[in-house]
Amino acid sequence: MKPEVPQQSFVSRFHVVGIAITLVILILMYYSAIITGVDVNAFFENADQFGVVLGQMKHPDWPYLTKITGTLAQTLQMAILGTTIGTIFALPFSFLAARNIVKNPVGRWLIRLILSLIRTLPTLLLAALFVAVFGIGPMTGVITLAFFSFGMIAKLFYDIIETIDMGPVRALRATGATMLQTIRVAIIPQIAGQFMSDFMYTLEINVRSSTVLGYLGAGGIGLYLQQTLDQFDYPRTAVIILAIFAVVLVIDAISNYVRKRLQ
Amino acid sequence: MNKIKTTAFERLKWLIVAALIIIIYIWSINGIPFTGIQKSASSVSTAIFKGIIHPEWSYVYNGSGEDLVSQLVITLAIAFLGTIISAFLSVPLAFLAAQTTKNFFHPRSTIGKVILTAIRAFPEVVLAILFIKMVGPGSFAGVLAIGVHSVGMLGKLFSEAIEEMDRSAETAIIAAGGTKIQTFRIATLPTILPALMSYTLYRFEISVRSASILGLVGAGGIGTPMMFALQTRDWSKTGIILLGIVVMVIVIDTCSSAIRKRLG
Repeated sequence: MKPEVPQQSFVSRFHVVGIAITLVILILMYYSAIITGVDVNAFFENADQFGVVLGQMKHPDWPYLTKITGTLAQTLQMAILGTTIGTIFALPFSFLAARNIVKNPVGRWLIRLILSLIRTLPTLLLAALFVAVFGIGPMTGVITLAFFSFGMIAKLFYDIIETIDMGPVRALRATGATMLQTIRVAIIPQIAGQFMSDFMYTLEINVRSSTVLGYLGAGGIGLYLQQTLDQFDYPRTAVIILAIFAVVLVIDAISNYVRKRLQ
Repeated sequence: MNKIKTTAFERLKWLIVAALIIIIYIWSINGIPFTGIQKSASSVSTAIFKGIIHPEWSYVYNGSGEDLVSQLVITLAIAFLGTIISAFLSVPLAFLAAQTTKNFFHPRSTIGKVILTAIRAFPEVVLAILFIKMVGPGSFAGVLAIGVHSVGMLGKLFSEAIEEMDRSAETAIIAAGGTKIQTFRIATLPTILPALMSYTLYRFEISVRSASILGLVGAGGIGTPMMFALQTRDWSKTGIILLGIVVMVIVIDTCSSAIRKRLG
């Protein structure tokens, strides 16, 4: 056999694909910059403005903390209730959407379509919509978070249900157990730990998003965020942001601990 | 048959956990005033639903630049530019934050991680408002908000990719006598580039959702006409805007996940 130097095709030799992708991205960037009215001068001229704001935030108005603790607690309560209500509604749907439980592809497809439609809408957009529908207040926040959790939990849950070992299920079916008995004895013990873990994960996400819901009138600390920002009261904004940050960190730590224990 | 014995201590532990959970729920339910639902709730939701079924088609495109399609294009442009900016800002921060040696004490990585966490602490909406104060209301403020906020998450994902990358190519170049810059260009960058591109695309999906809400606070995109339609109670317009956002998000998600699958 004649030794051959490996030959590169024209396309790979001159990186045609890579250059083409780079060009497309550059063109997209150019037009995006025109559409969004990027003004580099304005950015650098006012860069000191941002520094001024951050400078004011350096001296948080700590006494203000006592005023916001109640609302901060309400934010947490909204997240806990919203996630729980969403989960309760999501449970039956997650079983209906699982491939190994429901054999009817049309019904399954329909449920999955509805779930993915719910998941496309960002929480804050839902909040804006629900404030218009249900009025201002923490109730609206709970409904918003429940709606979001419903889409998210149902999806996470049916993914878990599809991975279970079907052996016990078949054994129970063979003895003539009903559908509900099968779920209770053969399915739930297999998935309970994963379920709890995903519930905590959704709770984490909801605590994060609940902090800004009040901005649109859906209850919680977001209302104070809006007030202090509108009044240019940055030392107070800083306290709120730091408080939110601390709560999010604590919830994340608790949730991570619980999830590790569950596995 | 033997029954599995539970010790008194274990039973007590479960009781305490159960009691704690019940207390948390009682506390939560008491904290939310059940104000009841607005009387107009059902009529408003049917109106929105009717709007989705009978959308105001004339609003979809009328060439004025205020229509649905142009607003969606602006939203996409905000998300795209913001993601590109944050991808470039994230790379140096990710290298700073990546813990590449097994030392217990790692000041460089810790500094990087603290910076990234601090960036993530600012909610996107707050950043958008701060940037509006700086460059005025409009899409540019949205671009900056997404560009800065995404750095927190992208930097974290990037640094994890750097921590987990295969170092054999790097070792080979160093053994062959390559300089630091050569090692980076020939070994490090090609190894992690697919992961970085995949994460950037994933972040773009999230940014599209964020860009569609930034308009609610005045930072451009589809959120602005949405807020206006909600305030003027123009439900058929609300319906068509919601429909537009859903379609846009689904199209972007599908395209992006197809490309990410090819990247591996």
